[in-house]
Amino acid sequence: MVPNLMIPELGHFALVLALCLSFALFVLPMLGAHYGNQLLMHTGRSLSAGFFIFICIAFFCLTYAFAHDDFSVKYVASNSNSLLPYHYKICAVWGGHEGSLLLWILMLSGWTFAVSIFSKSLPLDMQARVLSVLGFVAVGFLLFMLMTSNPFDRILPIPPEDGGDLNPLLQDPGFVIHPPVLYMGYVGFSVVFAFAIAALLTGRLDSAWARWSRPWAIMAWGFLSVGIALGSWWAYYELGWGGWWFWDPVENASFMPWIVGTALIHSLAVTEKRSLFKSWTILLAILTFSLSLLGTFLVRSGVLTSVHAFANDPERGIFVLAFLAVIVGGSLILFAFRAPVVKSEIGFNWFSRETLLMGNNILLCITMIMVLVGTLYPLISDALHWGKVSVGPPYFNIFFIPLMGFLCLLMALGPLTNWKRTNPQQILSLLWKPWLISLVFALIFPWLYRDDYKISAAIAVFIASWITTALVADFIYRLRNSDSFASGLKKLSLSYYAMIIAHLGIAVTLIGVSLTSIYTIERDLRMEEHQAVNLLDYEFTLRSLQKVKGPNYLADEAFISVTYKGKALDDMHPQKRRYYARGSTMTEVALDKSLFRDIYVAMGEPVSEKAWAMRVHIKPFVRWIWLGALMMALGALLAVADKRYRKKVQVSAPENSTGVIGAGLVSHE
Amino acid sequence: MHPVRKQRLILVIAGVIASSIAVGLIVYAMRENINLFYPPSKIAAGDVPHNRTIRGGGCVKPGSVVRAKDSLDINFILTDGSAEVPVKFSGILPDLFAEGEAAVVNGKIDDKGIFNAEQVLAKHDETYTPPEVASMNESSDSSGDHKNDQAVCKGMNYGS
Repeated sequence: MVPNLMIPELGHFALVLALCLSFALFVLPMLGAHYGNQLLMHTGRSLSAGFFIFICIAFFCLTYAFAHDDFSVKYVASNSNSLLPYHYKICAVWGGHEGSLLLWILMLSGWTFAVSIFSKSLPLDMQARVLSVLGFVAVGFLLFMLMTSNPFDRILPIPPEDGGDLNPLLQDPGFVIHPPVLYMGYVGFSVVFAFAIAALLTGRLDSAWARWSRPWAIMAWGFLSVGIALGSWWAYYELGWGGWWFWDPVENASFMPWIVGTALIHSLAVTEKRSLFKSWTILLAILTFSLSLLGTFLVRSGVLTSVHAFANDPERGIFVLAFLAVIVGGSLILFAFRAPVVKSEIGFNWFSRETLLMGNNILLCITMIMVLVGTLYPLISDALHWGKVSVGPPYFNIFFIPLMGFLCLLMALGPLTNWKRTNPQQILSLLWKPWLISLVFALIFPWLYRDDYKISAAIAVFIASWITTALVADFIYRLRNSDSFASGLKKLSLSYYAMIIAHLGIAVTLIGVSLTSIYTIERDLRMEEHQAVNLLDYEFTLRSLQKVKGPNYLADEAFISVTYKGKALDDMHPQKRRYYARGSTMTEVALDKSLFRDIYVAMGEPVSEKAWAMRVHIKPFVRWIWLGALMMALGALLAVADKRYRKKVQVSAPENSTGVIGAGLVSHE
Repeated sequence: MHPVRKQRLILVIAGVIASSIAVGLIVYAMRENINLFYPPSKIAAGDVPHNRTIRGGGCVKPGSVVRAKDSLDINFILTDGSAEVPVKFSGILPDLFAEGEAAVVNGKIDDKGIFNAEQVLAKHDETYTPPEVASMNESSDSSGDHKNDQAVCKGMNYGS
């Protein structure tokens, strides 16, 4: 296929136009909102649509260049290869720095477009301000891309004959979906950030505001949960180490927005239902997006040793850092001036849902700060010449486990308590049974599961079943007054089911994380042909070794048969691949998956002609880690689908609500 | 005291207590779990704490990787061009570990001066060098050109 050489230029041109549109999007609606000019405020919607369309064109052009092996484009030449399978050529678009940035902006334009479509019920000036803030973020990122990392840069007049190939680690289905989903989450928080800034600018922060921004926050949070889970799943089977979380700075970079995002969606609940924690919610919204940007900076500036660090020039890091300073500094200054306007005045009792949610927020923020310190300390230490250090997983585990354990214990109480005040007697009468059941189950479980009794497993099982049984108790309690089971189920709101599923997701992930960590058996084994090796009740026999040819690699493949207590399981075929283009090697793991345990075999290296070093793991409950994340995302989806967010606001509502807030403001002063 | 003020006071006190606990935990966890990075020249000079986990790094000396015949033990030498450190490791090396390439190791120095690595990290694609290794030469050779990070190990003079 001969590529059309004009297409990349077209893409470049589309990017420049998108920059112009996003600049207009930043300026015009904001001016309109400030001067009360209807016409200018209305431009926001069409400008967002234009911004979205031109970014789509740019993205399509880059995809075209990849699909047609246009190696005159520098980015294509360094991230693709004519031998690369077609579907990987397409997702090689986001295989490097420039393209993933374009994906970032594509997501941003998509979210912006979505806001312009779904926010018709918003007062016009609010909508104009929200879109304008999003336009500002877009200007920053488009400038960054065009100035420091343009994906359409050419190698002319003589393009290379073939490309440098996509990093073999990234040639994998997990990689096809991990970055888009993760970015959806990252960038989604920009919407909540825009809502927060708009609220600060107008001083209008009430239940209606929380109701508008809540679905966006929940949606972004759901995407981020799945994105992180996908990354962990990918690392699990692709890196060949059998680990699913390394406390790697880049993982932390995505995990910190998630932690604060979790705090945010809970704080938003309080703001919506009780008009409380207002300025705190705003602060969390700013913080969440800032952490997303910080993540982008950490990952893209090349300051970290990690799988995600590309070889980069420092100029990029400085730009992102400066942009970060503008966003964080600007919004915090705005917050300092405007926050007193939106403070909340209603009190609440100490034993109430508000208190528990405050506990949730405090614990999550402490956790985030700890992760942040551990992630940034090596960078600070290096910058100040205290020496080069690395902070290992023990640091993170030492506080993360107790803090999260405590949080989960409290989590079980949350749904059962009432707003404002709760009668402890009533909670006690509801919860003694779940407490007892969980305790008995937790004490028995490790004893049934394996011969050696692990107290840590008992604690983990206790917390998880405590969450579950408390939710069940609450569920039954809520159905107590309905005539029949079915009619009771119907009466409960969709967001209640969403909460149940998401909280159960936490319990499931908790079980996965702790039981995998406690009970995993991993050995580096030396396997010789026709010799059986035992691990627990499993017996592994290396039957044969052979060479296999793939589209762009040559692989050593082992044929291993596995039996469990004498019963044959599926054969396993791990591979060690050598990719032609870069000459790099890759381990292709063989997995025997099931709900309660994974068998994991990875080829290490040849020790002699007939023997290989193999990495063999038995990982109980490892699937539960990701299953839980999917449940959280499902919860998010259901919560957003709840009908109260789709209620059409009457035409008179905007004036009406501003009137109420106006009154509120007067009474504060 | 006014109930709202009282509530606020309790809130502030709770905040102070919570953050002090947090700071205490951080300091404790940090002290125990920070691994300092040392270049081979410092390790060879004995300028490092023994029997404490540290991080080392350098280029794998070509021809120095020796695998045991009947176990998964492996020995190799890390160098920064001026000094060499013998490393011992048991297990499977990462895919991109190779002679003449950069590697980072976590582990302890024993009394014989051998680095007992618990973990070996290699770069994950060939255009990338761990920042520690890339800046290794900065201290010894300040006129060095850092733009070409990936050439640190390729262009190194390994001697005889």
